[in-house]
Amino acid sequence: MSETIQTTPEELVGRGNKEGANLFRQWFQDLSSPAVQESGGAYVFVMGSLNEILKSFDFPVVFPEINSLQTAVRRVAPGFLNIAEDYGYSPDICGYVKADVAMQLQGGKHPMGTIPKPKIAVLTNACNTYIKWAEIWERMYDIPIFTVDIPGTRAEGTQTWQGDPGFELDKKYVVEQLKELITLCEKVSGQKFDIDKLREVLEFSNGMARGWKTVLELNKSRPALFNALTDGTIFLGMANGFRGTKVGSDYFTRLAEEMEFKSANGIGTLTEEQFRLFFVGVPCYPIFRRFNEFFTDWGGVFVHSTYLWFASGGSNLGFEYNLEDPIDSLAEGLLISVRDAMDSMFHHQTATVELADSFHIDGVVYHPIKSCRTVSTGLADGRRHLMKHNKNLATLFLESDMMDQRVVTEAQMKNRVDAFFEGLISRRQTAKAS
Amino acid sequence: MAYAAGVDVGSTQTKAVVINEKGEIVGRSLIDTGANVMAAAQNSFNKALDMGKIPDEDVEYVVGTGYGRYKVTFGNTQITEISCHGRGAVHMFPDTRTVIDMGGQDSKAIRVSPDGEIVDFCMNDKCAAGTGRFLGAASSALDIPLDELGPTALDSDKPVRISTTCTVFAESEILAWLGKGKKVEDILWGVHLSIASRSIGLLRRVGIEDQITFTGGVARNTGMIKSLEEGMGKKVNVSEESHFMGALGAALFALDHIFASRKPAKKEVA
Repeated sequence: MSETIQTTPEELVGRGNKEGANLFRQWFQDLSSPAVQESGGAYVFVMGSLNEILKSFDFPVVFPEINSLQTAVRRVAPGFLNIAEDYGYSPDICGYVKADVAMQLQGGKHPMGTIPKPKIAVLTNACNTYIKWAEIWERMYDIPIFTVDIPGTRAEGTQTWQGDPGFELDKKYVVEQLKELITLCEKVSGQKFDIDKLREVLEFSNGMARGWKTVLELNKSRPALFNALTDGTIFLGMANGFRGTKVGSDYFTRLAEEMEFKSANGIGTLTEEQFRLFFVGVPCYPIFRRFNEFFTDWGGVFVHSTYLWFASGGSNLGFEYNLEDPIDSLAEGLLISVRDAMDSMFHHQTATVELADSFHIDGVVYHPIKSCRTVSTGLADGRRHLMKHNKNLATLFLESDMMDQRVVTEAQMKNRVDAFFEGLISRRQTAKAS
Repeated sequence: MAYAAGVDVGSTQTKAVVINEKGEIVGRSLIDTGANVMAAAQNSFNKALDMGKIPDEDVEYVVGTGYGRYKVTFGNTQITEISCHGRGAVHMFPDTRTVIDMGGQDSKAIRVSPDGEIVDFCMNDKCAAGTGRFLGAASSALDIPLDELGPTALDSDKPVRISTTCTVFAESEILAWLGKGKKVEDILWGVHLSIASRSIGLLRRVGIEDQITFTGGVARNTGMIKSLEEGMGKKVNVSEESHFMGALGAALFALDHIFASRKPAKKEVA
């Protein structure tokens, strides 16, 4: 990479955030074209997006979860939620669903551009709301929806791998479903399936997976190179929107290069890192920056999060497809990555205990949210497990939402965060004194 | 003699405590917070100084706590009331391992280590149902002064079940029970049991360990003490100073600072 050699440190540090933000904005703008032409898009979700198959048919890919969270980050979510609730949706229903319904009712109008209507929706069983959500589009637009049923982990620690009879059976089950999906995509797109085109897309996904895994691993560095909550969300946008593209592959190669440079030169995301934290759950998007400042004000930095696992659809594992056997390998990757995405929601406790050492973590912040039972239900159990197995780790439980400002109380939240850090400081002083 | 002070600016009331170098309370005050939070903090502090006849300049360090802690503009630093209640409770009852603090708008369950360090804590969520505000709603609905709620409730022999988890709706539910001809004491005891149930839920989340100390303004309510003890099957410690526990904890942290600043620097060993 001759370009790298010519890059100055000033240009390199922060490049990933700048490029990511620009590309992401462009990605939204590009979606406006099929919206204007009314040619439609393929709607998918972050856990098991099947971007690779859809891109091989040239579908513009739409991520409704990303659309919805953007309304919260841009502070227009209350208006969207009100529209859906006025229409009849309960305040207790997932905020992502309601923001999307409101957007559909307004003809795809979104703060980042105009979003095309769906002409197909592809989903997995990674989240039960996905299934009900897709049924809304089915009723609204009379479009085909396709659910890929991914066999999950039967019980914690019982994952099977390539070569195990159980794994091979699960894979066969997924392969058959992918073949059905390909037939449906041919019908909806009017294009014949091209396996070489799929190979090309898979190769780009492999490049992205290598870079993404390297970036995540590098954050073991002290000080941490990036903030898993804020910078990490930019990376996630890229990991989802640009999966299976050259732009996406190049982006993560360059991001890994930036992180390697920062690691080698001790350049952290905070000038004075005091506490290294792990985040469990979904971010608080209505006060996204402010939420993070509650922690950075005390010198706390999120070095990793379960969100970077499940919201990247399990691509954090760095699984690389075998281009010799694309369908079989795609099924294998889907099985492993979606299973990991589900495990990082349902069985995160063991991983958290293990990760605490390798990432030098001082405390774990749990963020259960009103909108999502799937991701929030087991957090109390996970926390108890962690406290039992690692008594030195401080934990904090903060309840709010990823969309709904009405249940985000900043003063209460800040009070709890402040008390959490007072405890961390006190622990450190006690340990030092003894 | 130097003095340390803590000012606890709560949502409903502001408390100030001044202590001497032995950690003894020499002055304290309690006033309504009202709309001018800064003035409440200053007035409360001044009243505590007046009570102890202590000149302002003799107070070496002041810690602000409570939701309005950043409005204690004359304070030297701020510490959350979670840490302060834990510290105050362990000071008054050294064997304390669990603290339940009930204030005007929030309740906290706090687990502390033997040296007063916060091990874990949990607070009421988005609703005031397990707090003093719930008692305020009952007081208003039944037209009984706050300080008579507990003694009245203790006369109950057949409590009603208050099922709502919303303070606003609780008032309607109380009126509905009155409409059904239920006795005031039975309704009130039901209210106390409802609050106790939610508070015990918070305590269970952090783990209930002996001894338990009850702090905050609601700790003055005898009915609340009994309902908590019955709900947990355990006795709770209640201090005469329970209302001032946050301010006391803040004052103790201030005293720590005074002592730490006096420590001579260690001499280098040749």
